[in-house]
Amino acid sequence: MKKTLLTVAGLLFGTAAIADGHQPVLTVYAPDYFGSEWGPGPSIEAAFEERCGCDLQYQTGDLLPRLLLEGARTEADVAIGFNTDVTKRARDSGMFAPHGLDLSPLTLPIDWDDDTFLPFNYGHTAFIYDNTKSDGFTSFEALLDAPDDVRVVIQDPRSSISGLALVLWVNAVYGDEAEAAWTRLAPKIVTVTQGWSESYGLFTDGEADVVLSYTTSPAYHIIAEEDLTKTAAIFEEGHYFMVELAAKLTTTDNPDLADQFMAFILTEDFQTMIPTTNWSFPAALPEAQWPAGFQDLPMPEKVLFYDENEAAALREQAIEAWRSALSQ
Amino acid sequence: MAQRAVPIIAALIVAGLVIGPVTAVLWRGGGFSALSSADLDALSFTIWQAFWSAIISVVLAVPVARALARRSFFGRSALISVMGAPFILPVIVAILGLLAVFGGRGFLNIVLGPLGVPKLDIYGAHGVILAHVFFNLPLAVRLILQGWLAIPSERFRVAASLGAPVFWVLEWPMLRRIMPGAFAVIFVICLGSFAVALTLGGGPKATTVELAIYQAFKFDFDLSKAASLAVVQLCLGLAAGGAALLLSRGDMIGVGLDRVVQRWDGSCILDGVWIMLAAAFLLAPLMAVLVAGLPGVLDLPPSIWPATLRSLFIALGAVILTMALALPLATKAGEAASLLGISVSGLVLGTGLFLIVQPFVRPSDVALPVTMLVNVLMALPFVLRILRPGVESARDDFGKLGQSLGLSGWTLWRIVYLPRLRRPMGFAAGLTGALAMGDLGVITLFSRPGEGTLPLVMYQLMGAYQMQAAYGAALLLVALSLGLFWAFDKGGRANAVV
Repeated sequence: MKKTLLTVAGLLFGTAAIADGHQPVLTVYAPDYFGSEWGPGPSIEAAFEERCGCDLQYQTGDLLPRLLLEGARTEADVAIGFNTDVTKRARDSGMFAPHGLDLSPLTLPIDWDDDTFLPFNYGHTAFIYDNTKSDGFTSFEALLDAPDDVRVVIQDPRSSISGLALVLWVNAVYGDEAEAAWTRLAPKIVTVTQGWSESYGLFTDGEADVVLSYTTSPAYHIIAEEDLTKTAAIFEEGHYFMVELAAKLTTTDNPDLADQFMAFILTEDFQTMIPTTNWSFPAALPEAQWPAGFQDLPMPEKVLFYDENEAAALREQAIEAWRSALSQ
Repeated sequence: MAQRAVPIIAALIVAGLVIGPVTAVLWRGGGFSALSSADLDALSFTIWQAFWSAIISVVLAVPVARALARRSFFGRSALISVMGAPFILPVIVAILGLLAVFGGRGFLNIVLGPLGVPKLDIYGAHGVILAHVFFNLPLAVRLILQGWLAIPSERFRVAASLGAPVFWVLEWPMLRRIMPGAFAVIFVICLGSFAVALTLGGGPKATTVELAIYQAFKFDFDLSKAASLAVVQLCLGLAAGGAALLLSRGDMIGVGLDRVVQRWDGSCILDGVWIMLAAAFLLAPLMAVLVAGLPGVLDLPPSIWPATLRSLFIALGAVILTMALALPLATKAGEAASLLGISVSGLVLGTGLFLIVQPFVRPSDVALPVTMLVNVLMALPFVLRILRPGVESARDDFGKLGQSLGLSGWTLWRIVYLPRLRRPMGFAAGLTGALAMGDLGVITLFSRPGEGTLPLVMYQLMGAYQMQAAYGAALLLVALSLGLFWAFDKGGRANAVV
């Protein structure tokens, strides 16, 4: 018995000694796309580990549901990849701590003074079309007035963040007339998919002429495929702004490392990795430093945006307008 | 006595693995919550489409299975194997394949358009049912075909020599016994439909309960709502299982010497037409997947191979566990209990398991075992549907003989039952492996980067604009699933003429 206890103790202490010899670990929770080898995760990990002398480990999956499930027991030090349209829920959980950073390096098209959620990239919702087959649309009105044989595919606002951004966009443009606008768009909507990938696949397969995506989507085709045929239609009514955010957990057991990572987000090293790994605009990098394919993208003149409280308040009615018009 | 305890323990394990996680989610969510009118709309659409999808699948399967049962031709066994493929296709791949044939720019519209046929529009409730029939017709055909092959050839000889109506004397009793179970299992699968219903349904009219669960979980984090809807799914699954038990009447066909069936009835041409129609419907979308995927195979990243290994590990593990649970559960009550597993949303099961394991281990450390376990639960109902008729006939026909010879326990199984069950067991194992291979399932809740499965890597490629490579991954997935299915199925049919 004594012997067993000694062995167990030896094992425990042995393990502790090994753990001591290891570098400290920073656990970052991120959405699946972020941590995959095609996302920005791996290059960000390498760059941060070079300067922190630590081991950055990602845990990927459904970001907010997972954090809320784990609650105070979570191992996360930092979570990256929130979207403003759901941050209210995250903030209300009280799980996130102020970042304490100077926000003046931000280059967003809107003012940002959130002391907890830090932007790291942004984009706008936009309809993408093939410029060899269509002249595009200069306004939302033009899209609604387009002949009904234009085939549009969108995402479901109940299962997709870009789908939710679309119903908020329609609400921002049309207000009380949102349902009527949806009724005009409905005949052109071939189908509604669960997520962005399915929609975009239908578009690249030729099953749809127009797809709901982001203003930055053409950059992928231009830079990675040298394909200049995909264009984002820029609407004069403006485009809905989508920003992705990071935050530090109050329960982190590595507050210094977590702070260091949050500060790293605003550095040039981090920001220059964003465009061609996340295919979105960097949140804190002057346009002159963007890759050429991004600098040339047509940008919306007007940006529409609901803050998290407005988005939370409008969400239900915006989805209902969509649902009732498309259920006719 | 101890032997009688085994099935009870197996049933308790299955019920516990379903009810435990649902209860965990319910408890965490703080009890039940009321359903909104949108939820009730979703519920009624879900039941409606599942009912019609299951009816059509089963009814169409009868002539196809009969044709396959009474005709022998070159390539018949390969055709039966390949026709099973749609059932094991990952949803998103199947949708792409279907759209390549039936879509707005699909093959049919391109060919029929110039002939003046009005444009075919797949999107709508009919599209949902078409897709579900595409998925489930293969399962229905195989289940019913098994019933046909289980009729001893001696019976057909006797019927033929007496000039008796084969259908009413032999086939109808078999169908009455097999069809309700096939209907129930397909009905329950279609209850859980989400992406298919949404994409091909064309919009919010085609909202299912599963979508409402997804929304409650991912956006609202309303666990109470998610769990309440999961309980509704459970009740529907139980009701379907109970109804199938009540309706599934008809006597056993009797003992034979397992000779090859020779048939003298039926129209050769009509059977040929049914086989060709079914093959075209099931194989054309598959060909489209093949064509779309081939160029992408060259773009596959090296990380696809470890992911493939992980998927194979899950698949083989799921096969072993499923078989171990299925053999003792092959009774009426066991089959009904197993329907619990597919009735409930995988998302709720995964969340519940996450809540249960989280106090003890880091969830990502158990990602593969948990994915395997959920796949076992999902496969059990099919496996039991396939195994139970065989196990029961073996028990009824040979059990007493075995006992009179003093055989019992494992020896009885080894000498008498297992050799008789080779065919259904091979089929069931192949199905389990292939399903587990293609399932994205709960891994998204648990995974760590670089430790994904093949379906997860496929989705990651799609999410990173790499559609071409994603289609390549899909092709690899389909080829491996089909290979696994074929290997087990073939193993089960060794020494058999069919």
